[in-house]
Amino acid sequence: MQDSPISRGFRGRRPPARNDRVPPGQHLTEDFPVLSAGPTPAAKLGSWSFALQDGGSLLAKWSWQEFEALPQTEVTVDIHCVTTWSKLDTHWRGVTIDTLFEAAGLDEPPEAFAMIHCDGGYTTNVPVEDLIDGKAMIATHYEGKPLAPEHGGPARLLVPHLYFWKSAKWARRLRFLEADEPGFWESLGYHIYGDPWREQRYAGD
Amino acid sequence: MPETDERGGGGPRLLWRTAQVREAIDETPRVRSLVLDVPGWTPHRPGQHVDVRLTAEDGYQAQRSYSIASPPEARHLVITVERIDDGEVSPYLASEARAGDRFEIRGPIGGYFVWTEALGGPLFLIAGGSGIAPLMAMLRHRAARASKVPALLLNSARSVEDIIYREELERLASRDDGLEVVHTLTRRRPAGWTGGTRRIDRDMLAELGIPATERPRVYICGPTPLVEEAAKSLVALGHDASLIKTERFGPTGATHGS
Repeated sequence: MQDSPISRGFRGRRPPARNDRVPPGQHLTEDFPVLSAGPTPAAKLGSWSFALQDGGSLLAKWSWQEFEALPQTEVTVDIHCVTTWSKLDTHWRGVTIDTLFEAAGLDEPPEAFAMIHCDGGYTTNVPVEDLIDGKAMIATHYEGKPLAPEHGGPARLLVPHLYFWKSAKWARRLRFLEADEPGFWESLGYHIYGDPWREQRYAGD
Repeated sequence: MPETDERGGGGPRLLWRTAQVREAIDETPRVRSLVLDVPGWTPHRPGQHVDVRLTAEDGYQAQRSYSIASPPEARHLVITVERIDDGEVSPYLASEARAGDRFEIRGPIGGYFVWTEALGGPLFLIAGGSGIAPLMAMLRHRAARASKVPALLLNSARSVEDIIYREELERLASRDDGLEVVHTLTRRRPAGWTGGTRRIDRDMLAELGIPATERPRVYICGPTPLVEEAAKSLVALGHDASLIKTERFGPTGATHGS
């Protein structure tokens, strides 16, 4: 590791306890900053749907009403944004990817990789093994309330063990892929996988 | 898929480089620009940002992201930092740092919120507070290239004293090269003020903005409420959502974080 130059006069605020929950290069925030590349899409629940797709073929599709009727799961997790803020103990409710696969009648995922497609054209890629066994959900509620549009409402992916750009807002479709492909930010210099504990912020990290 | 000004996903690892402060320029009472020497720096594109890492004597480190305010044509890299009073990194950069001080910098980062002359126009820039920094990189680049692409900057500030780059913007707008600059002041206005007198809203965008029919490339940067309002209003006014690019920051988050 290279020697970092000392920044004269910099002392810093020392991190509080629970530092073992804050990955390298991150700091805690009490706020919930908003980051998006474009306008917040207007949510129309009447025409909303969430679909599972394998290549070009549709495996399953749920309307908002059908989606809300699926078994719901609540989680409390820490989230880590690549812009260096982390937030502890956030509460979410939604439908786990395991539940979606089960409801679609999938005994096992047909492929090893997935692309999440969103309103507004945003995409992000996640290996399927990072989505199953309770590791991810399509979240519809945050802190007991319906997810606000600027935070990805009505529904976003929540995959909290990866940097938060992977928890794509306004999620509408999960498409299985035979091989990993970069999504939106992953094509623009950000890391293909994005593990905050290995500080995989940018391509090549 | 929104249009992207892509740079491939691969490429070598972004290295931390040592930056040395050449000069600190007070832009407003709360905002300072730091002119930096960064040996080995890879040229950036207007709109991109950097990660800054400070190291204390005992090895403690803190890292945040800041937009680049200088154009690629400039000899030195400039970041513009607003002091967040309870922040950790911004008080150091915006108050303490002086010529000769050193810290680390990594980048350039981000390939989406980018405008280069080759993309053409019209160019419609909407700024709130220190959100003007990446937009200034675009205007400086436009001027450095002697571009005549029609451009409008709509800039929201609290008062005249809070307008960042005020004199330089006046100079740029007086070149008669197709750039118009409109300030709107949300708190205090001097006598005889002829610019905007409230926060940016739909009516203001309809009245002063570049019409949707001209299909401007829109870049919005500022606090989240301003960005949400402006982006939503422009979509309602008929602008193509895929031509609207946003960069937001909250009190402690993101590109201009604490």
